[in-house]
Amino acid sequence: QSRVGGRCGQSPVCPSLRRGCFFPPGSCQGNSVERKIYIPLNKTAPCVRLLNATHQIGCQSSISGDTGVIHVVEKEEDLNWVLADGPHPPYMILLDGNLFNRRVMLQLKGTSRVSGLAVAIAKPSPPQGFSPGLKCPNDGFGVYSKDYGPQFAHCNNTVWNPLGSGLSYEDFDFPIFLLEDANETQVIKQCYQDHNVPRDGSGPEYPLCAMQLFSHMHAVTSTVTCMRRSSLQSTFSINPEVIDLLSQYSIPLSACAFLTPPVHALQIDSHSFFWNIAPGAESAVSSFVTHLAAAEALHKASDVHLLQRNIMFTFFQGETFDYIGSSRMVYDMEKDKFPLRLDNIHSFVEMNQVALRNASVLWMHTDPVSRLNKSVEVQVRILLDILSNSSVGANVTLQEAGYSQPLPPSSFQRFLRARHIPGVVLTDHRTAFQNRYYQSMYDTPENIQMQYPEGLSPEETLEYVTDTAKSLAEVATVVARALYRLAGGANNTSAIQADPKTVSRMLYGFLIKMNNSWFQSIIKPDIKGILGDVPQHYVAVSSPVNTTYLVQYVLANLTGTVVNLTKEECLNPEKTPSSEKELYEYAWVQGSLEPNSTARVPYCVRSTVRLSKALSPAFELRQWGSTEYSTWTESRWKEIRARIFLVASKELEILVPWRCTRVVAACECLAAVQGLS
Amino acid sequence: MTLAVFFGCTFIAFGPALGLFVFTIARDPLRIIILIAGAFFWLVSLLLSSLIWFIAVKASDPRDEPLQKGLLIFGVMFSVLLQEAFRFLYYKLLRKAIEGLVALSEDGCSPISIQQMAYVAGVGFGLMSGAFSMINLLADTLGPGTVGIHGDSQLYFLTSAFMTMVLIFLHTFWGILFFHGCEHRRWWEITAVVVMHLAVSGSTFCNPLYVGSLVPSYLLMATAAAWAYLLSGGSAQNLWRFLLCLRSGPSPQPGS
Repeated sequence: QSRVGGRCGQSPVCPSLRRGCFFPPGSCQGNSVERKIYIPLNKTAPCVRLLNATHQIGCQSSISGDTGVIHVVEKEEDLNWVLADGPHPPYMILLDGNLFNRRVMLQLKGTSRVSGLAVAIAKPSPPQGFSPGLKCPNDGFGVYSKDYGPQFAHCNNTVWNPLGSGLSYEDFDFPIFLLEDANETQVIKQCYQDHNVPRDGSGPEYPLCAMQLFSHMHAVTSTVTCMRRSSLQSTFSINPEVIDLLSQYSIPLSACAFLTPPVHALQIDSHSFFWNIAPGAESAVSSFVTHLAAAEALHKASDVHLLQRNIMFTFFQGETFDYIGSSRMVYDMEKDKFPLRLDNIHSFVEMNQVALRNASVLWMHTDPVSRLNKSVEVQVRILLDILSNSSVGANVTLQEAGYSQPLPPSSFQRFLRARHIPGVVLTDHRTAFQNRYYQSMYDTPENIQMQYPEGLSPEETLEYVTDTAKSLAEVATVVARALYRLAGGANNTSAIQADPKTVSRMLYGFLIKMNNSWFQSIIKPDIKGILGDVPQHYVAVSSPVNTTYLVQYVLANLTGTVVNLTKEECLNPEKTPSSEKELYEYAWVQGSLEPNSTARVPYCVRSTVRLSKALSPAFELRQWGSTEYSTWTESRWKEIRARIFLVASKELEILVPWRCTRVVAACECLAAVQGLS
Repeated sequence: MTLAVFFGCTFIAFGPALGLFVFTIARDPLRIIILIAGAFFWLVSLLLSSLIWFIAVKASDPRDEPLQKGLLIFGVMFSVLLQEAFRFLYYKLLRKAIEGLVALSEDGCSPISIQQMAYVAGVGFGLMSGAFSMINLLADTLGPGTVGIHGDSQLYFLTSAFMTMVLIFLHTFWGILFFHGCEHRRWWEITAVVVMHLAVSGSTFCNPLYVGSLVPSYLLMATAAAWAYLLSGGSAQNLWRFLLCLRSGPSPQPGS
């Protein structure tokens, strides 16, 4: 037998003999003929479809994928080939990251000659900034509306994100993928150079290099439509669900009994145009890392247990999508489903985007409308004074944003909608964001100037204290001291200091490499699989996501105590008489590695960290078209993949086999005629 | 429109065999049985030879490329020898079957001669061999892409289809030659079949230099065809008469 073929793994006869080049048969994965034809693109991120009460956003491909001839667009003039001149539409564009802006995308949206888009991430980040988010984030779901501070509603007063193009909120009918690996981008460009470049002004000749993108989304139109269809289908069990609700867990940390705590809060999620690509360095990570460091600093204060009031540290998930987490918490508080009630909140301090301070200034934003009320004004004044006093001696200058400024988009706005609580939002910007890559894939460690010297091992990088870490530690110190005072602490606060080392480790873990020795030592053994390599902070639909888990365990590690319980006692605390299960959470964590060994020393941590479900109240109330609460949902899909290959000309495909078949058929006819005659 | 490639390659590879089946085998149930049994024998030979090759590959170092190539050549040659061995076994089986058929018949004559059995067995071997060669390729022709992104020839599917066609024909003629050699104890005919089979299989290692594999295979096919025709009682005279659509009386028709 001279030819062999078959699916590897399904028959023992593996690769074709028809090659000079050779596939090692023992390790073959999949059909060898398929590997001759297609090159799969593995490191890609798709743009998926999201829906809210009235619209759908994102991208969609046909059910069997979209194919097109590749054209590389590195400057604007290259677009003419795609839009007008090219003889082989539809085209699949490989777009340089610097051209991924609203103007180009709207041109591509309007034409039928484009069957898909692959964006090569721009390195370095585009210098003019890039933000696919809205100019006015979460507009309509905050506190300002035509009934409350209309001069501040819809960013009339201050445009918070002037670089925002709103690209993430457009609806595209072709697939868009992000190419994360520069090597794969190079392979595609090489294929283009070899086959697709126009020569001497005329079109390129077949065979041409083509790309196929699969990202078919099941949901359409809006959340209302989708939920209606899903409920019909699940009632009759016809099809699997088409939609997933964006939900997560928020993490409140509270000590002891809930009297009148100040609440310290922020958001921990982010978004970019592409699914599960949300590095969120400045928009989310910097603030929650500072928050965690402040919690640790406070926990170390000697008389923290004697304070008049309790401090609740809260981390909200889903804030990017119209305040899912905070709206849910406010709803739970109003309906008495949360241990704390809105009336019992003394004050509210929030941190948003604190890593890019200009000349070490940190701005304090307040709500001018609620301050028109005298009693609220008095309390806000006290709050502002305490914060200013706490910054004495630290390299942080606190300045007030003033009465003319409204609150920036923040979770505090949802609390204000329900009650006029005195509160402050701390940011590094006074008017527009300092962050030029808000909610984009370029909001990376480089954006917050995290730099490490060359040649460090992962362990050394984990421990290395960057300038960013030091600066965030200072902010954390100021906040911790202010919270101490707010909670009624009377002693000297100079002992309350945030540790820059902890901040560095957290920044490294949440921005560069999740799978590091510190994170490994503080999580439970059964979830160590969540430590992937590159951290992303998208809210997603399966709960909880890695970020939520990690923040929970870091907080437990920094503010909890190690207790001397065995594994059995730790996992079943209700059996131990003095465990006070209602107040505390017990976690059996895997601990660090013993020196010179692969075994770990696990231990039990007692903390007051809890998860609280952050599903938008619209879904509890089944109001899919709600304008009061977030109604964001994510479509479901079956497969998402991308591959490149050559396409032959139609003539070659049809004529050659057709001619040969005709010859063969003619011979047979002759034989038949002879046989029959 | 790679549906065109799919149908084109299918008909190129299996068209002639299908024609042979429809016009010479389909009407006689006994021939169909022999065809299917022949296909099954080929399948068993492939299974055994691929088992040996698979074990050899698993037991060796996958990163050693010359070794893997050597194992592949060994596998191919071993498979050829095993196929011919199974052809011999099938011959033995059919010989026994003829005795049974003679015993069952009313006039002491078998309803099918050994030469007809040889032809049908050859077609059976060829069809199964063609199926295993072409089916996974045909499945891949349905996708949007064609071979070539790694630098392979664009004519991959087409040449595979032609190679399959020639192999089916070759198996048919080898069947006739082999059985004739076994009948008349002419070992050199059997050896010639084995050597031709090894030569055709070996020539595929020239791929992607398709002229190195297709041209010799077609030449060998022409040779085998002529030889089988002569052994079956044909002659140049018969051929001439056939082409002129003349019916002659006492001379036997080729192939019957």
